[in-house]
Amino acid sequence: MTTASYALRDSATMLRRNLRRNLRYPVSAACGIGIPLVILLLFVFVFGDTLGAGLTGVSGGRDEYLDYVMPGLILISVTGAAQGTAIAVAMDMTEGIIARFRTMAIARVSVLTGHVVGSVIQTVASMAVVLAVALLLGFGPTAGPLEWLAVAGLLGLVSFAITWFAVALGLVTKSVESASNLPMPLLLLPFLGSGFVPTESMPAGMRWFAEYQPFTPIMETLRGLLMGTAIGDSAVLALAWSVFIGLGGYLWAKRLFNRDPTP
Amino acid sequence: MIAATGLRKSYGDHLVLDDLDLEVAEGTVFALLGPNGAGKTTIVQILSTLIGADAGDLRVAGHDLARDPDAVRAAIGVTGQFSAVDNLLTGRENLILMADLHHLDRAAGRRRAAGLLDRFDLADAADQPAATCSGGMRRRLDLAMTLVGDPRLIFLDEPTTGLDPRSRRTMWQIIRELVGGGVTVFLTTQYLEEADRLADRIAVLDRGRLVAEGTAGELKALVPGGHIRLEFADPDGLESAARALGDAARGDDALALKVPSDGSAASLREVFERLDDVAVAGVTLHTPDLDDVFLALTGDPR
Repeated sequence: MTTASYALRDSATMLRRNLRRNLRYPVSAACGIGIPLVILLLFVFVFGDTLGAGLTGVSGGRDEYLDYVMPGLILISVTGAAQGTAIAVAMDMTEGIIARFRTMAIARVSVLTGHVVGSVIQTVASMAVVLAVALLLGFGPTAGPLEWLAVAGLLGLVSFAITWFAVALGLVTKSVESASNLPMPLLLLPFLGSGFVPTESMPAGMRWFAEYQPFTPIMETLRGLLMGTAIGDSAVLALAWSVFIGLGGYLWAKRLFNRDPTP
Repeated sequence: MIAATGLRKSYGDHLVLDDLDLEVAEGTVFALLGPNGAGKTTIVQILSTLIGADAGDLRVAGHDLARDPDAVRAAIGVTGQFSAVDNLLTGRENLILMADLHHLDRAAGRRRAAGLLDRFDLADAADQPAATCSGGMRRRLDLAMTLVGDPRLIFLDEPTTGLDPRSRRTMWQIIRELVGGGVTVFLTTQYLEEADRLADRIAVLDRGRLVAEGTAGELKALVPGGHIRLEFADPDGLESAARALGDAARGDDALALKVPSDGSAASLREVFERLDDVAVAGVTLHTPDLDDVFLALTGDPR
């Protein structure tokens, strides 16, 4: 077999290991699905009516707000899962078995790709649950099959990118505690963009940040695909940011993992 | 199997290993003996490709460590000081994980796992998460995982630290069987008895330097220490014995004497003839052991 096919095989082995570990210790996976759901219910049933009434150009109300807020909520699934990934990676690095893997003739990166693929599966599951519940609550996207396909593609890419970044965060931290704190800014980003309220409603400095941060074009593209709003150059920006974050996260994570482990 | 010259490693300006030379012959057990913090684990980490050395010409299993670490990895197995098992997986799953990473096919991997579970008496650990297993069982599982890939050279970093006497003996038995099968073992330990029982050659490491190397017998010959220890019931007995023996040293408490001796019956008889009718409350015969070597060479106040 070639090096590449060994890398694939080792990654599949590591993926099985991670999935099995998640089944044994399902709390974090459950949180990854539960928390975005709670936020969904919070924003629809608690804030929804009032926030919907404040949206410019719509008649307002809970249902309208649900349509508006869905891209932001889907990204909450992604960032919530990213936090779980960073914690899982940091926890894994404290395990003796990682040292064993490092002394074995395996594709080293497979330790990380196992985590990434496992986390992406978990993220996709979490997004699917949030979407399904939202549809039950009256979320009414206008997207046709092509748009849904584009949504799936973009979300896959975004999850992949954010997960690689989260793996790097999990590796760069020295403790599990800091691995749980470090992704906090990531968790806030959907709120500090066009996810929950239009950026026009924000004060100047905040608005500038909100319009230029990576999650805004991603959310605008999703909104355009799902609800038929204007996308403009958001799609290109969303793709560019995803590739940048994913590639950067991958290279950073790989470099961190190839360092000598600290004694 | 291992040839290292000029091995150096420092962390920041703390020199951990200072210009070490090591040579381990194939099919032998080499024990690295040293107090905590001597650098034993660092040596294992370097020779097992886990961390890099700062300097040194290092060859392990016929391959250059710096240039071809993957070839070294394919030939070695490592059982570290801290359990290298996946705590959330069962014993069997851990072994199958190793089989998968060694690219055994599914059936062969299952057979290998079952064989090792049986050989290492791990039936109880087979289907429960490793985290819930006893210390001795986890250590055996750890070693079994190391053996899945049939390594020619095994590093055992303090394999019995923290184990109860029975588990320790089981572990020794396993190590002897491995060596019987032609495997080379590089062992670190702080237990002198362990090195004495298992190793063909022993190196004593102290503060990053090798202070002695040889067989257990050669090392024991390095230090004096054979003596007869005599205990007395009262100070009068002690005084008369001290007068009778002349060359005796005071022992480690007020009522004991140490007389140099090679441990032979003749030397015992001679001492008692000289003592004549002085009442001796107790006699201990002390032959030099690795403890003496260790204490003499490492300056450890233990």
